[in-house]
Amino acid sequence: MTIRETAADAKQDPSYLKALTELLYQLADDDFITSFRGSEWLGLAPHIEEDVAYSSITQNTMGHAVLFYDLLEELGAGKADVLAHERPPKERRNGIYLEKKNGEGSYLEEPYYDWALTVVRNYLYETFKKTKLEAVATSSYQPLAMVAQKVLMEQTYHLAHWKMWLKQLQGSNDDARKRIQSRIKEAWNEFQDVLELGSESQSMEQFNLITGEQIVKERWLEDVTATLNNIPDAPLDKRYGSGRNGEHTADLEQALGILAEVYVSDKQAIW
Amino acid sequence: MKDNQRQTEILAVLKTVDDPELPSVSVFDLGMVHDVVVLQSRVFISMVPTFAGCPALEIIEANVQKAVDAVDWVKECQVEFSFKHNWSTDSITAVGRENLKKHGISPPPKNYHPGEEWTVDCPYCGSDYTSMDNVFGPTACRSILYCGSCKNPFEAMKPVIKQSIIQN
Repeated sequence: MTIRETAADAKQDPSYLKALTELLYQLADDDFITSFRGSEWLGLAPHIEEDVAYSSITQNTMGHAVLFYDLLEELGAGKADVLAHERPPKERRNGIYLEKKNGEGSYLEEPYYDWALTVVRNYLYETFKKTKLEAVATSSYQPLAMVAQKVLMEQTYHLAHWKMWLKQLQGSNDDARKRIQSRIKEAWNEFQDVLELGSESQSMEQFNLITGEQIVKERWLEDVTATLNNIPDAPLDKRYGSGRNGEHTADLEQALGILAEVYVSDKQAIW
Repeated sequence: MKDNQRQTEILAVLKTVDDPELPSVSVFDLGMVHDVVVLQSRVFISMVPTFAGCPALEIIEANVQKAVDAVDWVKECQVEFSFKHNWSTDSITAVGRENLKKHGISPPPKNYHPGEEWTVDCPYCGSDYTSMDNVFGPTACRSILYCGSCKNPFEAMKPVIKQSIIQN
């Protein structure tokens, strides 16, 4: 395996750079949108301790997105702030399920957000994130391998948190069980593209940027099966298409509109 | 003065720069200083960030810069954060572990297994009759606990250590 130690090394080979860039956008955009949906819950979580916990996880997850955008910046993709705020939906690589609204209404008025969706989504995502980062922790691109190892050290707390919520609600009353189960069923129809690596999948494997898509999916399924009480019979699907190829729903536009509102109002501002 | 004497002097300065979120604990004792290189009147400091989402990094960088710039022979100082080395709570020095307690923050447990529950003794009375209130505290690096003995709420530094990755 050829190890590439710096951005300059990676830029030597255009096809390597292309596969690496694509992988980094997936990692960055997944954390970015997950963090945004998390931030919408601020002040609305079921109780005060959860508010502290969820906002801490959300802040840290945005920190992880920044690490991946910084790696893209080093590779000449553009400034991290611009990559995060200005790219239109068709350039975004996050899985579509992750952009789904928390519920009806907005966080300012009548937020009818659904905690069952939040618990199921965060559990499925954090389990996936761990699996994918483990597959990237031995990457041929050394700066990425280092960042993946760093993120894994912190992310273990996020996963443990959502796993606890999921187990508690699954073991709770009928209402809780039903709500969780219906959100799992929904996720099963939509989660497939999160698990995929998109059009550059083969190059990513060939260049040893990540161990294969199939392995990530199998390990994810193994973990999820061990935790969830009922796995839907239907196969996993990607109902709304593939976010890895730039396909997205109106929910992403809504998220980006709010997220970039302040940034767009004054791009020269210093933060 | 020789470069290695100067390096010792800079390290002494870094022991006086406290983490803004953890007053009384220096960035040196937190294990954030990776390397200090002195070339005559120029100083290069490489630092290791603690938590990725920590908003205090820029303040820390500025505080280190300011403290080193104040040394009379320093003409140029460069501070850089790098992810080339991974920080873990094992990097906290013995002095750092003691100083954390002064602000009601217990040092991280030493026998922690990632993903598992953990506990620490009370920083005030030393009792092990403590319970976890919230593993997520006021900053990314701290948790909130309660002491059943002296009835004080307290915080602890969250253990973060290298994980063994499943080899493929």
